[in-house]
Amino acid sequence: MSGLSREGHGDLLSAAQKLSEFRGETSWQVEKEKLPELMASLKTQGFTYLVDLAGVDHQGEDPRFEVVYELCDLRRKKHIRIKTKVAEGDSVPTVSHVWKTADWHEREAWDMLGIRFAGHPDLRRILMWDGYPHHPLRKDFPLAGLSTEMPDIAFTAAAPLEGGPFVTNTASLAQDREPRAHPAEERSL
Amino acid sequence: MSTTALDVGDTLARTVGGAEVGEKLVLNIGPSHPSTHGVLRLILELDGEVVTRADTDIGYLHRGDEKIAENMTWNQFVPYTDRLDYLAPLANNVAYACAVEKLMGYELPPRAKVTRVICCELARISAHLLGLGAFAMDLGAMTMFLYTFTEREKIYNLIEFLTGARFTTSFTRIGGQTRDLPAGFLEGVREFVDQFDEKLLEFGKMLNRNRIFVDRTKDLGVIPADVALDFGLTGPNLRGSGNDYDVRKYFPYLGYETYEFEVPVGSAGDCYDRFTVRMEEMRQSVLIIRQAIDRMPGGPWQVDDPKNVLPAKNKVLTKMEELIHQFLVVTQGPDAPVGEVYFGAENPKGELGFYLNSRGGGVPHRLKIRAPSFCNLSILNQLLPGHTVSDVPAILGSFDFVMGECDR
Repeated sequence: MSGLSREGHGDLLSAAQKLSEFRGETSWQVEKEKLPELMASLKTQGFTYLVDLAGVDHQGEDPRFEVVYELCDLRRKKHIRIKTKVAEGDSVPTVSHVWKTADWHEREAWDMLGIRFAGHPDLRRILMWDGYPHHPLRKDFPLAGLSTEMPDIAFTAAAPLEGGPFVTNTASLAQDREPRAHPAEERSL
Repeated sequence: MSTTALDVGDTLARTVGGAEVGEKLVLNIGPSHPSTHGVLRLILELDGEVVTRADTDIGYLHRGDEKIAENMTWNQFVPYTDRLDYLAPLANNVAYACAVEKLMGYELPPRAKVTRVICCELARISAHLLGLGAFAMDLGAMTMFLYTFTEREKIYNLIEFLTGARFTTSFTRIGGQTRDLPAGFLEGVREFVDQFDEKLLEFGKMLNRNRIFVDRTKDLGVIPADVALDFGLTGPNLRGSGNDYDVRKYFPYLGYETYEFEVPVGSAGDCYDRFTVRMEEMRQSVLIIRQAIDRMPGGPWQVDDPKNVLPAKNKVLTKMEELIHQFLVVTQGPDAPVGEVYFGAENPKGELGFYLNSRGGGVPHRLKIRAPSFCNLSILNQLLPGHTVSDVPAILGSFDFVMGECDR
């Protein structure tokens, strides 16, 4: 997969900032205000296939969240990635009117991370049940889960992870105990 | 909800002078219902027998795979990929490993690539066989299911021979597989594909011109090609509509560009086309497997990067260096660079993609699974209105979705 050059799509991506290329993929950073216009024009330029839409939680950074769009131009066999940042509590303009598939992807991002999509026709939870109070894919949500006070739901307690067979370090906080692997800076040898 | 493009069954609606009469009924199907193939829930608003509004409720099999992935090393997540599309676990293993290898910047040795191609195509045949059998059974043809399961059993025996497990294969590791091909495996695969052509003809004889089957699938659930792509449909569901997008052809991986095979496409985009596309894909998979067996190269079956790739077991047990590496890779995980990649693979259900966001080290910062069944099902809300209730199982069957993958 190769990226687009700025020359070919100068006017289109002028609103976006090119990020460094990695493994043959090009990413573009765009401000969320300019997103709807950019996406609509990209679609008319041939990016008719929205492959994926992912929300990412960069806890501790400002703005906290990032929404990543993977686009494909099937005619020219091109792939690009558009990224936009959004602060906690803020909202990203929806692209569900540009690609219908974004409808469910945006609902999932809202459900899992609590990223709001302004103008979405039906921003309900999709994987968790209606009325669930948390956004489980946020970094501050513990792996074991949090109990919820919903009497009509069968299982609301945190999952019994403590002392599991694969847990080598039984610290009380889930984020201390997990991940079991260590980040790059702690690696030795 | 617009029903203009999909007006099959509209004549059955009880209308007087263009105005609808009668009461609407809300019908709840699922989450546990034989025709929903798992735990899909549909809330249908009916006018007589005709669906006027549909709401698809998913999430009953949500296990938080993406959250789990953020809390373990790259290799530890492989068994979780078995449980995405649990009808084709080998293909999921390969797709995931290829995604992480793209992040690591690995180029697989030829033997590993060809091995994985065989894995993927065997998984495709096995998944399509189940999809086919279940589809026919939804429409009342019980026999087909028994026939396809006989063939699936043979594939499962081969997979057990290769990986040690029938369903939960967990065959790949970052940079290679758990082991090399066992002696006699290729002969077993060749024996299977040699007798499979005839079986495919038999399946075709049973369904292709079966009056009941054709009547219940033709011109039903029609999806125009542009609508299908707009909803992110991939795999046979997209190709049934006439779009020839196949990741193996458009963005080749594992050397798929060096194999000779064709991508079957439908023309009408109805349930029957989706069925015929799957039938033909199995034939093409057989062709690919034959080519792969013929060219199976020798040499290494793992990437040569001892600090990040699990060493061969016999060396771990006899050599100091390998033992240390094994310990490091298992406890700390392969040391991935900082960066992000997207890798999509053509799985039986469609494009299974992984978006990996790495901050370096042995664990992903974010791992997003682009599940084909998730996108495929998103069209139901628009597709179902206008069809009769009795057509709903036929449409669901033709979609061949798996909830383990949809809900993750």
